Amino acid sequence: MNGAKIRQQIAFSILGGITLLVVVPIILVILYIVINGAGAISWQFLTEAPRNGMKAGGIFPAIVGTIALVIGTMLFSLPLGVLSAIYLVEYARDDWFTRMIKLSVVNLSGIPSIVYGLFGFTAFVLLLRLGTSILAGSLTLAIMSLPVIITASKEALESVPFTYREISLSLGATKWQTIRYCVLPYAIPGILTGTVLSLSRAAGETAPILFTVAAFYLPRLPHSAFDQVMALPYHLYVIATQVPNIPISLSFATALTLIALVFLMNLVSIILRAHYRKKRLW
Amino acid sequence: MVSEPVIKTVHLDCFFGSQRVLRDINIEISPNEILGIIGPANSGKTTFLRALNRLNYLHRTYSQTGEILLDGRDTRTLSDNLLRKKIGIIFALPQVLPVTIFENVAYGLKVHGTTNKETVRRTVEEALQRAYLWEEVKDRLQEPAVRLSGGQQQRLCIARTLAVGPQVILYDEPCSGLDPISTAKVEDAMQQLKTDYTQILVTNNTKQASRVSERCAFFLMGELVEIGPTHDLFTIPQDKRTDDYITGRFG
Repeated sequence: MNGAKIRQQIAFSILGGITLLVVVPIILVILYIVINGAGAISWQFLTEAPRNGMKAGGIFPAIVGTIALVIGTMLFSLPLGVLSAIYLVEYARDDWFTRMIKLSVVNLSGIPSIVYGLFGFTAFVLLLRLGTSILAGSLTLAIMSLPVIITASKEALESVPFTYREISLSLGATKWQTIRYCVLPYAIPGILTGTVLSLSRAAGETAPILFTVAAFYLPRLPHSAFDQVMALPYHLYVIATQVPNIPISLSFATALTLIALVFLMNLVSIILRAHYRKKRLW
Repeated sequence: MVSEPVIKTVHLDCFFGSQRVLRDINIEISPNEILGIIGPANSGKTTFLRALNRLNYLHRTYSQTGEILLDGRDTRTLSDNLLRKKIGIIFALPQVLPVTIFENVAYGLKVHGTTNKETVRRTVEEALQRAYLWEEVKDRLQEPAVRLSGGQQQRLCIARTLAVGPQVILYDEPCSGLDPISTAKVEDAMQQLKTDYTQILVTNNTKQASRVSERCAFFLMGELVEIGPTHDLFTIPQDKRTDDYITGRFG
């Protein structure tokens, strides 16, 4: 081997090693949680309400609460985010108004989550009189999720070749038909990725739900969207720091459940993505 | 020309931003003829073609003045959709949608609201036959269109355009990416289509223009320098600039 080849080998090894380093933390985190929490996971733990001031029983209401929040968040943020992205990419002219919208989207993603929480509390809970409820919490999380969904959808739409639009329009299709048949189908995988990414984050957030929906201890299921619920991240915070003498394994088991839930969501998105990729025939 | 022109442009000026790309173009195109348009790069040939079905307006800075008449009717009175249904276009590089062969041809029918499955199937078959592609693809209609060769893809694009039932077909250097045999097949298809369609062929290849077209127009720097029967234009050009271009003396 000559010098250049050896240098290239060294460079590859270093790059490979560094990339591997990225994988290490996530494996460690998961391993640590599984080792400490798996023992406390049982059918009762997953399907029963907490008892004895959360020292015993399960976390079922918190699981239901988090799922309800994720669904609620998706219902608000997905249509709003995707339709905004369609407007920005396909319709908006490049003027001050569009630039202002784009700037707002960027800035929205820079706002700390506790500020969203405070905003949600004053705007949805107090001003709109939604009370601390699933609705208020979902709306707060939805606003927080919007920037990621919009940005991901925008990039997905922009990555669809311009020629598809040109072909469609040249055959006499309307602008909306073109978007519907020749752009959106090929942007869906990218849109899904962004949506699930932001929903996973929403599922794990504590600050935005702190004042808007999360219940400290509510060992029953919600009756409507106007009810408070327990949620996994907040429950985890509570049992880990606020209530004394709770076995640490319960915290880890709760964390494990939350991670498993998020992984499940990612799995669904991977399957959906594969399904839509197949539609694009290369 | 005795018959009423299918397309007529009157004092057509085209602009991208403040730059004038076409200047005072007056052309009449007769039914069933193949009009060749030749000229060097940046002479405005493609802009002229895309002005006819308003595709230029996809550029936000584009504007035009003057009139374009289709069957004697100002095209500004037609919607984009209807105009583009009547005036189809074949692009320089074969551009297929990432769907099956069948769906590519059926796409135009879908957007124009033809839902009857049998009608769609029949129209697709007819279009493919007229584009000289049917024999090659009839057993693989459900295959991805991208698996076809470049020449087949270009004929697929022709079939796709035919399926929506146009009056006029525009070709924007349709063979620039094709080998001679594929080129010959596309040219054959054009000859066969003469019976029912008016065709305009923009080409960089002067030989192709002389093979295919009956009349030919020479564009230079946004102006229509000369238009006439193809044979005359290539043998006894009236304008020195035309002569320079076709004899290859161009700077």
